[in-house]
Amino acid sequence: MTTRLLEIENLTVRLAAGQAARPIIDGVSLHVEHGEAVGLVGESGSGKSVTCRSVLGLFPEGAEAAGGLRVDGADILTMSPTRLRDLRRRDASMIFQDPRASINPLRRIGDFVTEGLRASGVSRKGALDRAEELLESVGIRAPRAALRRYPHEFSGGMLQRVMIAGALAGGPRLLLADEPTTALDVTTQAEVVSILTRLQAERDMGMLFVTHDLELAAAICDRVYVMYAGRIVEAQSAEGLFSRPRHPYTSGLLAATPRLESDRPPHGVPGRPVSLSEAPSGCAFAARCAHARPGCTEHEPGLREIDGAQVACLRAEELIHD
Amino acid sequence: MAGFLLRRIGGIAVTLLVTSFLVFGSVHLAPGDPASFLLGGRSASPAAVAAIKEQYHLDDPFLVQYTKWIGGVVTGDFGKSATFRQDVGGLIAARLPTTLLLIGYAGVLILVGGLAFGALAALRRGVVDRAVLVGTGIATATPSFVAAIGLISLFAVRLGWFPAFGNGGGFGDRIYHLTLPAAALALTFVGLLARVTRTSMLEELGREHVEVARSRGVPGSDVVRRHVLRNALGPITTVTGTVVAGLLVATSIVETAFGLSGVGQLLVSSVTVKDFPVVQAVSLLVVLAFVTANLVVDLVHPLIDPRLSHAKGGKA
Amino acid sequence: MTAVPIHRRRLLAPLARIAGGDKLVTAALAVLAVLIVAAAFAPWIAPYDPDSVDLSATLSGSTPEHLLGADQSGRDVLSRLIFGARTGLLGPLVVVIVSTLLGMLIGVAAAWHGGVVDSVLSRAMELIFSFPALLLAIILVAVFGVGLTAPVIAMSVAYAPYVGRLARGVALQEKARPYIQAYKVQGWSGWVICVKHLLPNIAPLILAQSAINFGYALMDLAALSFLGFGVQPPTADWGAMINEGSSSLLQGAMLPALAPGVAIVITVVAFSLVGESIADRVARREQ
Repeated sequence: MTTRLLEIENLTVRLAAGQAARPIIDGVSLHVEHGEAVGLVGESGSGKSVTCRSVLGLFPEGAEAAGGLRVDGADILTMSPTRLRDLRRRDASMIFQDPRASINPLRRIGDFVTEGLRASGVSRKGALDRAEELLESVGIRAPRAALRRYPHEFSGGMLQRVMIAGALAGGPRLLLADEPTTALDVTTQAEVVSILTRLQAERDMGMLFVTHDLELAAAICDRVYVMYAGRIVEAQSAEGLFSRPRHPYTSGLLAATPRLESDRPPHGVPGRPVSLSEAPSGCAFAARCAHARPGCTEHEPGLREIDGAQVACLRAEELIHD
Repeated sequence: MAGFLLRRIGGIAVTLLVTSFLVFGSVHLAPGDPASFLLGGRSASPAAVAAIKEQYHLDDPFLVQYTKWIGGVVTGDFGKSATFRQDVGGLIAARLPTTLLLIGYAGVLILVGGLAFGALAALRRGVVDRAVLVGTGIATATPSFVAAIGLISLFAVRLGWFPAFGNGGGFGDRIYHLTLPAAALALTFVGLLARVTRTSMLEELGREHVEVARSRGVPGSDVVRRHVLRNALGPITTVTGTVVAGLLVATSIVETAFGLSGVGQLLVSSVTVKDFPVVQAVSLLVVLAFVTANLVVDLVHPLIDPRLSHAKGGKA
Repeated sequence: MTAVPIHRRRLLAPLARIAGGDKLVTAALAVLAVLIVAAAFAPWIAPYDPDSVDLSATLSGSTPEHLLGADQSGRDVLSRLIFGARTGLLGPLVVVIVSTLLGMLIGVAAAWHGGVVDSVLSRAMELIFSFPALLLAIILVAVFGVGLTAPVIAMSVAYAPYVGRLARGVALQEKARPYIQAYKVQGWSGWVICVKHLLPNIAPLILAQSAINFGYALMDLAALSFLGFGVQPPTADWGAMINEGSSSLLQGAMLPALAPGVAIVITVVAFSLVGESIADRVARREQ
């Protein structure tokens, strides 16, 4: 049996005392195989970004993490800082939401793309040559000249391509994408997504794609996890999720997505997400759920296997044909 | 960029013109006859009075007087000192090296101390940060002459490590003699720069691109140097303009406190003996140095932040 | 014996309330209160006449008779320190009042009228900025002679732009708010709107700036007295005391020069603490 590329097992992250009433991530388990694209979907504040960042050992200040968190079998939580730095340079890298904020505005594009390579000891010349290839592969014209330009000379979409090039520099096997298209306008989004999926397939990378857009996740991922209030509430294949959502929250998210082919106006999930200062007992979604029963607020529902999908809902079987 | 430079130099010219006009005109604001004022109230022979009237063209209309005076100033002729009976330009030139050395020495102390303490406070939150905050709070509240007497009592009188007075001869000995004065001059500004550095670095530390750099396996020291300190330079550069202005004037206090014969001390002694040509010349020099320093700051800014080089060139 | 701490707590309670419970700011307010009392009641508080000479105590160092020793002329340093608070506080007070009024007038006028008035006033403020306050004071001393008058006038002018720039910024922000427009539409005159509505809104920030300026003015005026341009000996003044005391430093007598030096530092720290705390509170209120 080969080890999984990314294996998260029962990960719990607590913020520093007094900052939150519940763990910001509560017993999350997920995995990504080599070459597999996996979606992680949820509203803002669901903990999906925190989960994603924790893979690189990036935790909120003062937070405590417990559980298993392994990239290629190596445990992130017990790793030495030197080993963690190597992992960030070579094995796993991340694409962030807002390229404008994520790339130092005062340094040249070339500095950004080559920074990781230079830190791992590649010569300046070698790093610049490699950066040129990378910029070309993400579709930036005149890449040699682009290396000498500054971020403010690029559009948001172009800058996100630069970010992708920078993430690929170390030749990672695992790509973490934290809402990589949210800050972009619609036409640019499609371009960036197609570049991302093409490169992921070409280089046979595993990808964890974090987004609030369930439809986007289903379109580019093999499997999708749905997160709510720090927990995974549903996990199944992308097409299964789309055709047969098992958790009322997933159904709600799907209904909230505007559809071209439907005349029905989209309606959002009613109510608001659980804030960090609230720690509801039982199912965290119960307060917003149309199908909630008194029992829902008594016991925390665990993930159960139903027809190849994993669902954390007490009434999953009854609601199947809804 | 060229347009921006031209406009700035034009602005400086206007500032200097107005300043020189005020400095020159102030002679006429003084109570009593300008000639006797320029003679410092000393009783003088009719020949001396005639000489001063000749030198300042006091029999001409005011504007003509000014034009003749400013014409001389532009060519480096500031007139003759009433007490030293010597060219003002020569007097200043003889004292300039001491003052420049003092300012340079203090400048190095300010830069090194200010950046080091500021960075230390920003990177080591908690006890170190609080200690630096208290220290810089006291430093910025300590005027240079209080720092001077404090340093003299501790290092010159108590410990006897440094001389309290005098210029010293030879470069090494001069540096040695200038150590306490430079420290007295620097103290307030070290506090100021450290505070600006701390605030600016804390702001940069919270930025997303710093976290991104960490997420890419860039070593911590490189993150601080290349992303935090580098990006914090903008506000730090801005405050140097203020620092330069303060330094120039504070030299007169420090040089007096330590008995150094520099330009600042020349200004103070000239005011005391009412040697007005010297006061005029030194004042103009100080303002010139100040506006030049601010011009340099403006020119350096686009080098620090490439986003500014576009905006400035384009704006009307 | 227990009566003393209770008494003390009762005295500090109102200060603590003003300071919003911050210990440092409470201490700063207490320092300022002590200074004001010392300045106002100096003849009753000071153990000696500031000018009375006790030659046997010359450069004595700390003794039971002279807690902070006596200076080179045998005058009691503590008494001179207490009397010195008078000129020490009065000069900056005048500077701050005049420069604040002047600055607010300029700033609000520039913001209110905009256009040519704004650019002329802003240019004028920039011009004064390029003239260090201390230099302006030195030039005026050269022209008008030594004493507090010329330096106080110079400082009042030199500090006005700091208030002016701030007032202009805040007034511009305030002017853009709908309520000012509403008053204009109702036909109120510009002056009435400015005085009745604009000023109260920009006052807290100006007050913060003024408290900080007070400290700077105190330092600058003391520096001028130290140079012999401000308050003249034998009047007891902190800056002048340091000037006179510095000659005794080499004879090993630190107190005559160090005591007023420490007094200056403590006072300036207290003023800047109070100023910063006001500014903080304004910032928090706006959030």
